Order: sequence, then C-alpha cells, then structure tokens
Amino acid sequence: MLAIDVADLRKQFKVQQNREGLKGALKDLFKRQHIEVTAVKDITFQIPQGEICGYIGENGAGKSTTIKMLTGILVPTSGKIRVNGYVPYKDRETFVRGIGVVFGQRSQLWWDIGVIESFRLLRKVYRVGEADFRRRLDELVETLGLEPLLHRPVRKLSLGQRMRCELAAALLHQPSILFLDEPTIGLDIVVKTEIREFLKRLNREHGTTILLTTHDLQDIEALCSRVIMLDDGRIIYDGSLDELKDRWGKGREVQFQFAEPVPVSELMALTGGLDVRWSGENEFAAKVWIPKTLNVSDVMSRIVGAKPIRDIKIQETNTDEIVREIYQSGSVKP
Amino acid sequence: MSAAYLELIRIRFLMMLAYRVNYYSGIIIYVINIGAYYFTWKAIYGDAETLGGFSVAQITTYIAISWMARAFYFNNLDREIATEIRDGSVAVQMTRPYNYLLVKMMQGLGEGLFRLFLFMTPGMVVAVLLFPVQLPVDPMRWLVFFVMIWFSFLINSQVNLLIGLFAFFVENNEGLIRMKRVAVDLFSGVLIPISFFPPWAEKLIGWTPFPAISYLPSSVFTGRIAGAETWEALLVQLVWCGLLVVPIVCMWRIARRRLFVQGG
Repeated sequence: MLAIDVADLRKQFKVQQNREGLKGALKDLFKRQHIEVTAVKDITFQIPQGEICGYIGENGAGKSTTIKMLTGILVPTSGKIRVNGYVPYKDRETFVRGIGVVFGQRSQLWWDIGVIESFRLLRKVYRVGEADFRRRLDELVETLGLEPLLHRPVRKLSLGQRMRCELAAALLHQPSILFLDEPTIGLDIVVKTEIREFLKRLNREHGTTILLTTHDLQDIEALCSRVIMLDDGRIIYDGSLDELKDRWGKGREVQFQFAEPVPVSELMALTGGLDVRWSGENEFAAKVWIPKTLNVSDVMSRIVGAKPIRDIKIQETNTDEIVREIYQSGSVKP
Repeated sequence: MSAAYLELIRIRFLMMLAYRVNYYSGIIIYVINIGAYYFTWKAIYGDAETLGGFSVAQITTYIAISWMARAFYFNNLDREIATEIRDGSVAVQMTRPYNYLLVKMMQGLGEGLFRLFLFMTPGMVVAVLLFPVQLPVDPMRWLVFFVMIWFSFLINSQVNLLIGLFAFFVENNEGLIRMKRVAVDLFSGVLIPISFFPPWAEKLIGWTPFPAISYLPSSVFTGRIAGAETWEALLVQLVWCGLLVVPIVCMWRIARRRLFVQGG
C-alpha cells in the first residue's frame, strides 16, 4: 500500500503587496493589492510504506508548503492527495491520529510545564491506553535518553534536549507515518547523529514511513534511500541519492605537491591528448580535474615517472557541491 | 476525547500556578479595584440616596459581584489566538486530533476557574470585610448567578474567538483587540451599570451581546432583576450564545481555506 499518494498537487497563495512610500501606504489603507504566488506547481509522487524519503530544495522551493498539505494543515488549491488512505484536510481529526509531525522550528510541547505533563496530555489527546502509553514511553525514554529531562519545564531545555523530546512527543501514539520538517536544524553533530540513528532504528523496527525535509545533506546520506528534489515548486529530481551522484558527479580532482618547482605548461605537455584540466596553485603545487570517463591511473602514470611527487590528494565531488550546482542551474539534466 | 479537554483545563490551571508572584498580586489587584470603584461611587453619590435606581449599598455589591464575575469570564483568548496565527504555531495545533477552537475555550475555562477560586474568592472575603457588600441569602439566587456567569464566560469567549480569528484576514488585529477590551468593560456594565447610560445609549447597548456578559448576571445577583425577569435575562444569554456560534463557524471555515502559515 502507498503511504503517500500525490498527483498534480498545487497550492496558490494570495500575497499582500505593500506599495512604497507614504502615498502608497495611504492607498493601501483603502485598496490592497494582492498577487498570486504559486508555491507548489502540480507535483506528483508516491511513497510506499516503510520508506525513508528526503525532500530537499532551496529555501522557498515549496517543501514546507507540501508538508503542510500532506499533514492536513493547508488545503490544496487543486490536485489529488491521499496520505495513509485519507484526504488530509477533509478528515483532519481522524487522519492526524495516524501521523506524527515534528517541525524543527516550532515546539509542540507546552512551554511552561514539565515534559512528562505534555506527554500525559498527548496520551489523552490521542486516546492512547495507559498500558500502551507506558510501554511506548519507556521505549522512547530509553532510546532517546530522556530520563533526566522528564520533569523539567520545556523552556529550561537546550535545543538538542528539546528536539529529542519533540520526537518522543510525535511518536507516543505510534504513527505509521512521520513527517519531519528540518528536524536537525541548529543541532550539534552529536545530537544530529543520535537523531539519525534513532530514526533509522524506528524505521527498521516499526516500519515507520518517514518523510523529511532538510538542508543538511548528511541527513539525507545517512537516512534516505530516496530523494525528491524541488525547485520553484516543481519536482526536478526523484530517485536514489547514488544515482544523483552518478549523474552529476562528473569527475574528480587530484592535487599534487611536488618536491621541485614545476610549471603548469610542462604538466599539460605531459598529459597531452587526455581530456584533463590543469590549474597551478603555486610553483610547487598543481591540481588536475579528471572526467569520469578517464581512469585516474592513466594520468598518474604519466606524472609519477616524470616528476618527484611529495604528496597526492584525490577528491570526489561531494553531495553538497552537486546539490549547490543543481540549485544554481535549476535543472537536474547536466 | 472529553478526557483530553479536561486535561487541558487542568494543565492551564497548573500553568497559572507556576507563576506564584502573579498569584499573590492578583488577589491584591482585585481588592484594590473593588475599593477604587467603591470610593469613586461614594464620592459620586454624595448625599444622594439613589442614582440610576441603585442605592449605595446596592452599587457596592454590584461592583464587588461584577468583579467576581469578571474574574471568571475574562480571558485573553483573542490575543492568544492572534499570536498563534501570527507566529505560525497554529500549524502545530492543526496536526492534533482536536478542535482548535474548543481547545482554546477549555484553556480559557481553566484560567477562569483558577481566577475564580484562587483570586476572587479570597479577594471577595477581604472585600466583604472592608466594604459594605451585602450578599444575598437566597440560595436560589446564588445558583442562578453561577449558571449565568457560566454563560457570561461562553459569550465573552465567543466574542474573543471571533476577534482572534480576524488575525487570519488582517495582518495585525491588535487595534481591534484593544477596542474590544474597552467595549466589553464599558458596555457590559463592569465600570458603569447600563442603567446609568442615557436612555438612547441604554437601548443601543441592549442590542449588543455585551450586557449579557456582566450586567445581567450582576443585576440578578443584586436583586435588581427578580422573578420572571430572571428567566428572561437567562434567555437573552442563551440566545446570544447560540447566535454567536454562527459567525465563528463561518469564519473558521473560510480561515481554514486561506490559512497562510507565516514563516514558511
């Protein structure tokens, strides 16, 4: 069964336009100008149960808007949407019982009361039985290390501690789908790793479907079998991360550190006939870009014999760079 | 589900208790308020026996009881809702299996009960000792009064919901919130009993829901409204309570469609 099924989904907003200057402000008093903004433009995708899917894109690409439609917060302008078998905005109150939502930038816990009080309230809100609740809570407290935090008021928690509590709060009712909107934003690397491990385990042990938006591509690399990339409201890529790397990672770069001054022109002459690009850093160092079609050894063999090399570094284009390039060009076709 | 709503009342109660200084100062504020109005009215009366159909003793009781009712029905739901809409945290509320407006009402109720029991009851004891407040002895009147302030709470909260929901449609409804606050205190009869207004104004105010919030229950309690008129007053409250549901539901429906979550 599909956990999420979306076809031709569209969301338009009316955004108020403020006119400039005093005259404009006075005009605005009587007649407002609005412009229509289409945040999500007819997107279509399906996510089967048990998948962890990353939803990435630049700021303002429409990620959050999509998540908000999928969780029943926003009503779509047009298109088909089914999550967990429900139309989210129509059967909102029944539908949300089966999902968990975490917004990295908003707290869902009650600010002034102890964490455990929030959890107890959520138990009643979601009508979880006392025994189920205890079992689930114990499990979450153990895996997320919440024991020392339970009786503190939320406002006295650090961001990392709060985030762990937020995750627990979203999972108390055992949802089959978990939506995460930038869950690791602002967290240090230790907490990030802990949260990733926890999500992986959740997916493995309970088969929870996870859809997460993030700007941290390491989240994606660590978790997601699949990536959906959004640009200006449209899906520009939907597939595995490896494939994306394959398609875009066009080559690698080799840095040489020589024992004696070597002019770049000499290096170019040595690799004549090969499709490589040299650039000199200083007289002792140079780097060469080698396309995917060529073996690194072909280039190396020509240099190694001819020049004394002190050090070599090989770098593959990393995901960050790939994604940055895609964002800049706005297309996945290289 | 009702367990969840009860829990919400309890949580709000706990939250109010979390700030202790607020609690103690609250009691003093109520006594000061009642005292200030008592002395003001005493000065206004001077040698006069009655004004606007109120004797000095009646007006003192009226003031004390109006403030007691206000402790229960007053809340800041309009501001809370507007803030949640503006900072976008209403989005989180929408991911929960409950009715947002009902949740707000319950929180208001928790706050009202807290103030009634922990601010107003001790405040009232002090006020009775300090000022010539005459409380009725007829248990029926007490009973009707408590039924009526329950409706006061409902009507006032409904007005607040309505004003709060305006934040969906305008960018800033702070002005509206302030205006409502003044209107409620002035036209509901907390500051001045409605019978002190000129006849045309009294009539005009009679067509608004405000007198149903405070003037009617306080009048019943002080005995200015008695007998069959009591039931009429209760009926007026009931009608307003029913009428106000309509615009709230409409507004909520429209708001759901154009809900625009601030901050992405």
